[in-house]
Amino acid sequence: MTRYSGLRLLGHALSGHARWPRAWRAPDPKPSYDVVIIGGGGHGLASAYYLAKEHGITNVAVVEKGPIGLGNTGRNTTIVRSNYLFPENNHFYEWSLKLWEGLEQDLNFNVMMSQRGVLNLFHSDSQRAASARRGNSMRLNGIDAELLDREQVKAMVPLLDYDNARFPVFGGLLQRRGGTARHDAVAWGFARAADARGVDIIQHCEVTGIRREGGRVTGVETTRGFIGARKVGIAVAGNTSRVAAMAGLRLPIESHVLQAFVTEGLKPLVDMVVTFGAGHFYISQSDKGGLVFGGGLDGYNSYAQRGSLPTVEHVWAAGVAMMPCLSRLRVLRQWGGVMDMTMDGSPLICRTPVEGLYLNGGWCYGGFKATPGSGWCFAHTIANDAPHRFNAAMTIERFREGRAIDERGAGPYPWAQ
Amino acid sequence: MHLIDCPWCGPRDEAEFAYRGDATVTRPAPDAGIDAFYDYVFTRANPRGWHVEWWHHAAGCRQHVKVVRHTMTHAIAATGRATDILEVPAA
Amino acid sequence: MTGRAFRIAGGGHIDRSRTVRFRFDGKEHSGHPGDTLASALLAAGVRLVGRSFKYHRPRGIYSAGPEEPNALVEIGTGARRTPNTRMTTAEIHDGLVAESQNRWPSLRFDAMAATSVAARLLPAGFYYKTFMWPASFWEKVYEPMIRRAAGLGRAATEPDPDHYEAAHAHCDVLVVGAGAAGLAAARAAGEAGARVLLAEQDFLLGGGLLLEPAHEAWRGETLAAIIALPNVTVMPRTTVFGYYDHNMLGALERVTDHLATAPDHVPRQRSWTIRAREVVLATGADERLVAFPDNDRPGVMLAGAARAYVARFGVVPGRRVVLFTNNDAAYATADTLLAAGADSATIVDFRPFGTAAAAARARGIEVLPGSEVIGVDGGTSLYAVQVRRRGTWGSTQVPADLLCVSGGYSPAVHLASQARTPLAWDARIAAFVPGEAARQRSAGGARGVFGIGAAAHDGAAAGRAAAIATGCRVGSEFVLPGRNGDADPTVMPCWEIAAPGKAFVDLQNDVTAADIRLARQEGYEHIEHAKRYTTHTMATDQGKIGGLVGAAVLAEARGLPVEQVGIPTYRPYVTPVTWGAVAAHHVGKAFAPIRRTMLHDWHVRNGADFMEAGLWLRPGFYPQKGESPWDSVLREARAVRRAVGICDVSTLGKIDVQGKDAGVFLDRLYMNTFSTLAIGKARYGIMLREDGMVFDDGTTTRLAEDHFFVTTTTANAARVMEHMDLYAQTVWPDLDVQYCSVTDQWASMSIAGPKARSTVARAVAGLDLSNEGLPFMGVADATVAGCPVRVFRISFSGELAYEIATPAGYALAVWEAVLAAGRADGIVPYGVEALGLLRIEKGHVAGSELNGHTTARDLGLDRMAKKRGDFVGRVLAERPGLVDPGRPTFVGIRSVDPKRQVRQGAHLVEPGSFKSLGWVSSVTRSVELGDAWIGLALLTDGKARIGSRLVAAFPLKDEAVEVEIVSPHFIDPENARVRA
Repeated sequence: MTRYSGLRLLGHALSGHARWPRAWRAPDPKPSYDVVIIGGGGHGLASAYYLAKEHGITNVAVVEKGPIGLGNTGRNTTIVRSNYLFPENNHFYEWSLKLWEGLEQDLNFNVMMSQRGVLNLFHSDSQRAASARRGNSMRLNGIDAELLDREQVKAMVPLLDYDNARFPVFGGLLQRRGGTARHDAVAWGFARAADARGVDIIQHCEVTGIRREGGRVTGVETTRGFIGARKVGIAVAGNTSRVAAMAGLRLPIESHVLQAFVTEGLKPLVDMVVTFGAGHFYISQSDKGGLVFGGGLDGYNSYAQRGSLPTVEHVWAAGVAMMPCLSRLRVLRQWGGVMDMTMDGSPLICRTPVEGLYLNGGWCYGGFKATPGSGWCFAHTIANDAPHRFNAAMTIERFREGRAIDERGAGPYPWAQ
Repeated sequence: MHLIDCPWCGPRDEAEFAYRGDATVTRPAPDAGIDAFYDYVFTRANPRGWHVEWWHHAAGCRQHVKVVRHTMTHAIAATGRATDILEVPAA
Repeated sequence: MTGRAFRIAGGGHIDRSRTVRFRFDGKEHSGHPGDTLASALLAAGVRLVGRSFKYHRPRGIYSAGPEEPNALVEIGTGARRTPNTRMTTAEIHDGLVAESQNRWPSLRFDAMAATSVAARLLPAGFYYKTFMWPASFWEKVYEPMIRRAAGLGRAATEPDPDHYEAAHAHCDVLVVGAGAAGLAAARAAGEAGARVLLAEQDFLLGGGLLLEPAHEAWRGETLAAIIALPNVTVMPRTTVFGYYDHNMLGALERVTDHLATAPDHVPRQRSWTIRAREVVLATGADERLVAFPDNDRPGVMLAGAARAYVARFGVVPGRRVVLFTNNDAAYATADTLLAAGADSATIVDFRPFGTAAAAARARGIEVLPGSEVIGVDGGTSLYAVQVRRRGTWGSTQVPADLLCVSGGYSPAVHLASQARTPLAWDARIAAFVPGEAARQRSAGGARGVFGIGAAAHDGAAAGRAAAIATGCRVGSEFVLPGRNGDADPTVMPCWEIAAPGKAFVDLQNDVTAADIRLARQEGYEHIEHAKRYTTHTMATDQGKIGGLVGAAVLAEARGLPVEQVGIPTYRPYVTPVTWGAVAAHHVGKAFAPIRRTMLHDWHVRNGADFMEAGLWLRPGFYPQKGESPWDSVLREARAVRRAVGICDVSTLGKIDVQGKDAGVFLDRLYMNTFSTLAIGKARYGIMLREDGMVFDDGTTTRLAEDHFFVTTTTANAARVMEHMDLYAQTVWPDLDVQYCSVTDQWASMSIAGPKARSTVARAVAGLDLSNEGLPFMGVADATVAGCPVRVFRISFSGELAYEIATPAGYALAVWEAVLAAGRADGIVPYGVEALGLLRIEKGHVAGSELNGHTTARDLGLDRMAKKRGDFVGRVLAERPGLVDPGRPTFVGIRSVDPKRQVRQGAHLVEPGSFKSLGWVSSVTRSVELGDAWIGLALLTDGKARIGSRLVAAFPLKDEAVEVEIVSPHFIDPENARVRA
């Protein structure tokens, strides 16, 4: 792998950038691999990378039906945080955040992880109490969290509506180590680093079947032929139900569409990630200057990567209600991603009833921040045929057993999660 | 935005409805046991294609409308009352 | 150049009789009604109007429409400053103030242009390869630097003083675009009898017709015919920005932006939700740039735009003109400029000598066939163009102050593509055109049918077909422009001219052809990867003029035809949409409705301090002069414990349930049994979700054999109704049961305290209040002050209490009558805070405990479950994890030092430990326990820990308070008081 650096950039500038090598190869699939990961999004690529790096398993292929990183990895609002209530979640997300903190150096790729802070506003005493419970849980688990009062919030984010709000700001729960990262770069950085360790990244190769013999996985049928594998990992969030069905599994997942938006480019206006507590809305500003924002699900099963206007109206209204100066800005683009919504809002990283088949999915609308942690834990689970303690609770069986990890307490209604 | 033909009210905007999920699952008999209720409450076929589902006409007649809708194109093939059995297109 | 006016004497669509004054970068200019900011500044001789995003290169006006990549400005001042506004669509008005953006200190001397010097170090994606060492420098040094340099205009920081409106429209046929095709379509559909909406983003209707004096008569006549049709609505200044499911489209109407003074009570802009049975997309086509070195310099302009400035705005954008084209249509630009007084025009035709070139030569125009532009000379304006014969070396310098460029036209397929209409490659015009789609058709330039005559015919046919599809009959025939004047639309593809220098494919984002090739070389060869790696087409113009050019450069590098590489997915919006317009009125105080009880005004008059409870405003407490909030809450609660208080509880959800099977229905919805409840009695009930978690609680009263009255918590009133609908309609449709929300129909008030009976007895008539007459959980009808009431002997506070419900209109009369009756007993109104204090002392659960995480067993309520029979949640509540004895259970806590505050949201830990054993769900100061801090909690092994001590840890405030674990029932565990 040609290492990237400022000096190297200077060197290549002298040769007119004509000699930069491919970031990752374009290999043909081999007849078989030790591990085949289905899905070339951030999670699949990270899983392959950590299989190679942490477990020395390099005979690995990532098969992707299109180009890598264009599913939810390239469609999210790029927020990274570990501000969860339940220990099952916050240990996992904190580990992921720790991996984020060293990711540029680890991958030798600038994913622009920017710890600008994530501020969750609250607007009532009961919301304050819920935020406090969550923040205290974080602190007890060694995660940074601060409870801000209204004046502290005002000093930090002066553009909020402090005068005329329907639901006045009472304060906020701040995680300073949270922030944003450049989503595409995460897929590309993991791809390049995995490729450098020998992983084959096979684009435009769609899995059409999962071959099993005697209850054990033997490989995957693809549009480029059969590829044998001792172990197969599914990391196709958004389409998990469909791929898992190829192995006869029926999952506690529904696919829903979530929309996201970006404004025209602006000089710095919003410094941190701010989330509204009186409506579903979150916003940050990208390094390029666009305000990236989103809200809740459209709320019906969908595999179409597009949404509907009523949701748009609600999200935009929440934005102006929270920060009135947004009103005159123009929104440039909107897009939709297909979310694997589980019945408790928490993910799955686990073994399956099929031997040698592993599942990584159910990311709801929080998968991006999990990317390194998810890959790391999935790699561990595949390599050892057993979960790491960070993902031990993230099983399919938890629903049957009554051990849901339902942060919002919303119940088995994915459209309401 | 979906236009849903409510059997009682006629075609109405999606904004009047609240989605209530998969209409193909049936509540098991009270004594069917945990596994049966687990399947009913938690597991879903989640098809990419035609999906039979509930839309509650919350801001209208407050009836649950059964809808056959395609999850990729969002086309609606049929709507009916809660007790109607609707034909689901082949593909 | 100076001294000669750029404005020509006649022609076009401006009103020369009036002058409009405006400012750009502090300097006053003038123009005429009908001018855009761009045309007025061109008329004023201004050529440099902006700086590019990355290299801060000087930029001029490139287009004459919403496709503009360069000429973006901040318009307005203070709270009305609107960044990134396209000069090419902004109408001028008196007093308009515009300022250039993304430059420092000034447009002419932009210090950031220094980045141009380092351009070699900044190829596509350079930032992914550097700024990584040392790690801590990213947030501290590199990123702040990048963020300051990036971005375009500056947002206003004050709240927007303008207001906006959302509106809905329905039609048979929506025609998008009012050029030749759109006008013909609207007239054809309208005359066939269809209800038609004609939306045009421009402030004038006509599109390309506005550049054609020869067709002006037809335009006028068609417009008149359309306006005369009562079934056609014309919407100028309305951009259809998005195409959604089931033929629903979103549009933005600019209502007052063009006015110097907006009329009162008129929104600045209006967002439209349009539902159309049929859609005709007559959105025209966008002219393409050609990638040659320095194709971004001020003085380089799209050929059609140059023609528009002359023909529509009466402005000559240059005197010595070079036209670079690969098609015949652009030749008209040279003729138009010469006719308007340009000194010279040289046509550089990429194609071999052909009939158009011959004809132009015959008209005396210099034509250089088989030639190409390989660069321009000039900085902030143009003085020459470098031209060479194709396939040769070296070049000729042609003096010029305007270079018009036409790389052909791409149909504006944005909306069609959003609607998932397949796109097909049309080699004749080297562009994508929309294919077949249901209930939608493209017409004219939008599907590659170019030329006024052809487009008008195509539009008329589409309009007719759309009307017929909605059930109309064929309407009238009307005159259409002839097709004879139409130029041959065939192009010879010309994407990039290979020559040294920066050749831009995306002007706004400074993406060059070399950047695209670098992306491909590094493996980002898919169009979506190349787009993201280089940011090609990701600027505010969404690559309307260069998107396909970049794709073609990529295709050539990959050795594939362009149509195989394709273009990046079109995503909404067609042009950027004002945020506030879509938010409309749901902002500020109107973000969500406010619900007030019937007694609200009384609470206001009596000094209540209100708190939010969902959408409801409820009195939190009633402070008297000099009282702190706690003083007030404690005083109110003390009055209830020692005398009597009255509380407005009208916000509780109320559902009237009737029918033969009403009892069975409630038995199945609640874990309790209601079918055995005696008439005239109430019972507390717990409702579970199907997954076994607690959903809601409340009392249910039996009024008759087949008639029940259910109450819910305030928060869950709507959800419980939905829950009932789901089960009644889809699970047990055989049950004979009807129900209706009556939350708003009944006002209710709780009268609680040892003297409650005395007060209520004085207030009500016709009721025996003795324990025999109205026992605990009894219900009876009576009157208060002549008003009908229903009296429930139920208690949330733990005191002897009555809840009086009355039809909402009588609320105030009843409330005041009870207050008057209680005066002798010292009655005090109490708010939600005191109510909370009282219920915590009593150990009743509320919202903080019913948070979707708890089971009935956790809360000690499982004994209420019926022993036999089905109910929602019964089966799954028995899952192993939910009956695990390790789950946290409901306990009380009291601060060991009664003065030390315990906070809601604290966690319970062993001293010195960080392991959470549970959490504090509710806290209060207790009037029963001498104002000591007490609370409720969910605690692992809760029962077993009663009597022991733990720490209530609140690390967010570095607090650790020692607490004793106690029973959650701080008062009267035997329930004697409520039965008193």
